[in-house]
Amino acid sequence: MEARSHEFEIADPGPPPLGRIRDELAVAFTVNGDWRAKRIRRIWLDTFDWRLYRAGLTLQYVVGSGPGELVLTGGGGQQLTARARQARWPCPPGGLPPGPLRDRVAAVAGLRALLPRVSVVSQVSELRLLNEDEKTVARIAVDAMRLPAPQGATIAARLAVAEVRGYPAAARRAGRILTGAGGVAPSRQTALDAALSAAGQRAADYTGKVVVPLLPAMPGAEAVSAILLQQLDALEANVDGVLHDIDTEFLHDLRVAVRRTRTALKLLGHVLPGELTLRFASEFRWLGDTTTPLRDLDVQLLSLPPMAARLVAASPDDLQPLAAYLTRRRAAERRKLSQALRSARFDAMVGDWRKALLVPRAAGHASGPRAAELATDRTRRAHTRVLRLGSAITASSPAESLHTLRKRCKELRYVLEFFTSLHDPLLYAAVLADLKRLQDCLGEFQDSEVQSAEIQSVAAAMLARQAAPASTLLAMGELAAQLGTRQRAARSEFADRFAQFSGGAGRHRMAALTAGDHG
Amino acid sequence: MKVIATYNIKGGVGKTTAAVNLSYLAAQDGLRTLLWDLDPQAAATYMFRVRARVKGGGQALIRGTRGLDQAIKGTDFDRLDLLPGDFTYRNMDLLLDGAKHRARRLSRLLSPLAGHYDLVVLDCPPSISLVSENVLHAAGLILVPLIPTTLSLRTLDQLTDFVASFDGPRPEVLAFFSMVDRRKRLHREIAERLPTQRADVAAAAIPALAVIERMAVERAPVPAFAPRSQAARSYQDLWAEVGKRVLG
Repeated sequence: MEARSHEFEIADPGPPPLGRIRDELAVAFTVNGDWRAKRIRRIWLDTFDWRLYRAGLTLQYVVGSGPGELVLTGGGGQQLTARARQARWPCPPGGLPPGPLRDRVAAVAGLRALLPRVSVVSQVSELRLLNEDEKTVARIAVDAMRLPAPQGATIAARLAVAEVRGYPAAARRAGRILTGAGGVAPSRQTALDAALSAAGQRAADYTGKVVVPLLPAMPGAEAVSAILLQQLDALEANVDGVLHDIDTEFLHDLRVAVRRTRTALKLLGHVLPGELTLRFASEFRWLGDTTTPLRDLDVQLLSLPPMAARLVAASPDDLQPLAAYLTRRRAAERRKLSQALRSARFDAMVGDWRKALLVPRAAGHASGPRAAELATDRTRRAHTRVLRLGSAITASSPAESLHTLRKRCKELRYVLEFFTSLHDPLLYAAVLADLKRLQDCLGEFQDSEVQSAEIQSVAAAMLARQAAPASTLLAMGELAAQLGTRQRAARSEFADRFAQFSGGAGRHRMAALTAGDHG
Repeated sequence: MKVIATYNIKGGVGKTTAAVNLSYLAAQDGLRTLLWDLDPQAAATYMFRVRARVKGGGQALIRGTRGLDQAIKGTDFDRLDLLPGDFTYRNMDLLLDGAKHRARRLSRLLSPLAGHYDLVVLDCPPSISLVSENVLHAAGLILVPLIPTTLSLRTLDQLTDFVASFDGPRPEVLAFFSMVDRRKRLHREIAERLPTQRADVAAAAIPALAVIERMAVERAPVPAFAPRSQAARSYQDLWAEVGKRVLG
């Protein structure tokens, strides 16, 4: 059950003043014996993109002499714990022991695996505070942490006052006594931040979002180089996760970085030296195409359980041969992609691309449009293209016209994201929300079609290899029917969604957004 | 979340000492454990140095105006919490009688705790009542301490027959010999013979030892203050058998 822990920092460097702390507490409490020391190892876990940290949570795996324990701490100091005897990291949230801790972690981490982010060796000294019945009412722990060898750096000692359930006042009182006496202050940073800092790292150092601080008056070429460099950083940051198959979102993020790069080359590449766009556009196309088969299989495998749960005539078990078939194909596609990501072509591509991007930044590129002009011009053009294409779509338009519109919407989305730092935040959020509603509809339409076609193709292949019993093929037919229904629903929603996007209010918001960019 | 209960119609047979020691051993084994002291005498509560008082009394808990989680107290031991006894529990039969689903009310009250605890131990007052019927419905395993006499075996058989009459899920019944006096031939004979003849009698037995009586003086489980004692070993043997049955 949840208990709260109050965290403090011990100001003095050197060995923690255990004797003084005990004496101060002994004035108000019966103190049970002397400090009891234990040695533990703490491993902080989080997703690659720090989802727990960003949600104000920290997850520790603590190993001492007994069984390992997971400790999830919220912003208010409330803790949930769970035993974890045989923990192996990385681990998907579903691999944690069942219970409220897993539920809360899974709700935040989603599809992302939990990775060890930093670990420390702790010498923990504990003391119990008793009431007049000699019942423990609070626990004091002084934690002297250091990084494991070979780094070995020590971290400022920390003090935690843990509430015993049902006796919250005692812990609060102990906290007041310790801070009142000096030498102990409420912690300014979490133990995780302190450990990361000692290890020369920082939390939340990766995000899948575009975060490029731009100035309106900076040269457009410099702005575009900065945007592209951040995408290159994101691309490279995800390669190891793809190679080690840690979770499916590494490949997703890698593909997003590739698509954003291709969009930037297409829509903004004119401010870069001419040969750059020509040379690298084809390389990024190659990389994007190389990653598509594995991503398609990931999408199919991820969508299988929720679709199986909606089967009416067939049983989810009927889809086992399909899952096994897709898993085998995925393994083969993963090998192919790994070869590509380990190839000389890939190494040369990312290496040359980084060098090329650093050149215009160094030169400054004073000529050409400013960042704000570029943002306004390209956002307006991308928006106009979406309006023109969308307006031409009627009930009888072929599916291909919606697919093309989806691509243009993605381009508009990326252009908006590239220049986030130049936009008014509230207006930007509203425009993005308008666009996202349209994108969701187009995405549902196309994804349903692609998946349905894939199921039919897989069914033919499995039938040819006699790899599927009739029950599996019938269940796959039901899946295709589900997808057909979803696709038709998305198609019928399109007109309303597009009308909302292209209506007066939406256009007004977009006009206001692009009008303010010269600020 | 598994639920076990220590139950016997008779008092003074070692229910509370078993509940306290087994809860402690389960928590030491890493299980998040809650002991609910249902006895208005609140002996288990006393042994954990917790005051025998629940805000709003048994009425608030049974009526649900106060969730069980609000009344829980942490003990001195990691992973072991206590829902204290309260003198108002003496009226629990009346309160349950007025509740919906009167024979399964405790089970319903416990359900929000699922996921927060691996094990709940119910220490039942000595009686045949609506409280004990609720306990029998809530628990997956009923632990019955028996003093090794012929008459006490009749009690076990009566309980087994009663449980067999339940509609729906029925708890497993496991007896164990308690307060075994090795100096008495009858005790020795019954305690040695019965476990080999009946699958519902545990092989582990708890001897009558002064160290168990000292629990009320030390106000702690035996394995906490006398970990190397014969009594601590006996409770560990019993926990090994109970844990195997409950957790698989």
